[in-house]
Amino acid sequence: MTDWLTPEEWQAVALSLRVSLWATAVSLPLGIWVAYLLARGDFWGRQALNGLVHLPLILPPVVTGYVLLLTFGRKGVVGQYLDMIGVVLAFKWTGAVLAAAVMAFPLMVRAIRLSIEAVDVRLEEASSTLGASPGRVFITVTLPLIVPGIIAGAILAFAKAMGEFGATITFVANIAGQTQTLPSAIYTLLQVPGGDGQAMRLVWVSIAVALSALVLSEVLARYLAQRIKGK
Amino acid sequence: MTLSVQLRHQFSSFDLDVSFEVPAGITGLFGRSGAGKTSVIRAVAGLLRPTAGHIVLGGRVLFGDGVNVPPYLRRIGYVFQEPRLFPHLSVRQNLTYGGRVDFDQVVEMLGIGALLSRRPAHLSGGEAQRVALGRALMSGAEMLLLDEPLAALDAPRKAEILPYLETLRDHAKIPMIYVSHAVDEVARLARNIVVLDAGRVIRSGPARDVMSDVSATAIFGKREAGAILLGEIAAHETDGLTRVNTSAGPIFVPHQGHIGAQIVIRIHAQDVMLSGKQPTEISALNILPVIVIDIQPEGDANVMVQLQAGADRLLARITTRSCAALGLMQGSPCFAILKSVAVAQTDIGPQ
Repeated sequence: MTDWLTPEEWQAVALSLRVSLWATAVSLPLGIWVAYLLARGDFWGRQALNGLVHLPLILPPVVTGYVLLLTFGRKGVVGQYLDMIGVVLAFKWTGAVLAAAVMAFPLMVRAIRLSIEAVDVRLEEASSTLGASPGRVFITVTLPLIVPGIIAGAILAFAKAMGEFGATITFVANIAGQTQTLPSAIYTLLQVPGGDGQAMRLVWVSIAVALSALVLSEVLARYLAQRIKGK
Repeated sequence: MTLSVQLRHQFSSFDLDVSFEVPAGITGLFGRSGAGKTSVIRAVAGLLRPTAGHIVLGGRVLFGDGVNVPPYLRRIGYVFQEPRLFPHLSVRQNLTYGGRVDFDQVVEMLGIGALLSRRPAHLSGGEAQRVALGRALMSGAEMLLLDEPLAALDAPRKAEILPYLETLRDHAKIPMIYVSHAVDEVARLARNIVVLDAGRVIRSGPARDVMSDVSATAIFGKREAGAILLGEIAAHETDGLTRVNTSAGPIFVPHQGHIGAQIVIRIHAQDVMLSGKQPTEISALNILPVIVIDIQPEGDANVMVQLQAGADRLLARITTRSCAALGLMQGSPCFAILKSVAVAQTDIGPQ
């Protein structure tokens, strides 16, 4: 396998996997929380939160990337404070994680929110009359019932993160070995005369990863749905 | 332990304004669909926040005076119309979700020992409702709310669960509210009855008083109006009948029960005939000497006659013409002829 891909290409694939896994893992707890707020919350500003979550889905990715740069760049609104404590995101792989997470967040939240809305509130009522506090209701009833939705949301977010390009290249650029993810590498190769062949190999890798994620999600969701129904 | 309820709540279509007490044992909360029954017990459970009022259980304020105890701290079990079992948990895990008080006894009483390792998806409607009942009991609740637990079941399933509810009534020492719009269920199970109509309590008291109220037709409907008699099974006779002693005299019913058992007999008002003299040469077996207490015209050529039968009361629904022909008035002695079909088997339950 290492013969098949050059070390630089291999690096891009490994970086993309690492960035996507981190982006998914870090945003998942927040995603569940926000999905729960949007599905069940009754508070002022719920629509505003909904809009904010969906913004990366409708904005041009380059705009999202630029907003991230303005916010989290070394002189950015938040970035300058992060810089003081030694956290630099711009032009680092951690920045790629942030960009991927932000871009994938709406997809993750949508999937989880749908599954929360499908949970029978009457089961949660029954749970509370049996003495379960709201926290216990969530952990013992709501959460197990939405696991398929969480898995679907996580895999969707992972696939989206794997393909993220516009916001990533704007926020963290395209530095080989540091911020050059799979899509950035394909893009770079396509700019070089005679790079098509190499690009094609990475395209196949992309397709393979995306399809695997999709199949895994289907299989897991079906298995879990059966388990939950107890059939 | 006693529950005291006094609450007001405004809905878009009507206002709820009720006040009643629930002692230990089963209190039937009866009323037509939309009378506000479910809203009342949802408020008791803490699932609905009433506009105003007081809900006190055994001296513990659950609602009122600025207090609103959340449902999970109220220690009130709730059996819903649908079982609401957790689909991702086994029967055993469902049962012990809220606690495992008297696990073995409850499992045995409800006959669900063979179901413990199953998932709710593999239970019949009756089995699932028994598990739901067990789950509420094991939570160690200080009170139990039963919201039409039989309404979603067909007649055979109802017949399967009713005996368990009777056993529960006879053994549990906590107050229970049994919500229903089925008169026969309430008559069979409840010691006390609260009748709700359009958000108001229109009658409340011991079951035998409420069931024998002279305006029973208005409360329960023409077909269901009828008093209940308390009796004790005295003998199984050789011809297949069982003699039940009541305070008004012996009543013969089809063979059932064991000698000494206390039972409730419901006698529909439309199944009672009245006679001025002791009838002889008549096929009816059950004839009781009674005294007219009250006569209420019903506006459709009929009157409801309330009768004293020993220590109990009976209701008879007869035509206005018959009433006049017999010359009935308050204090008139006469004889009540109970058509034998009136003593329906399903209406007989241990007290």
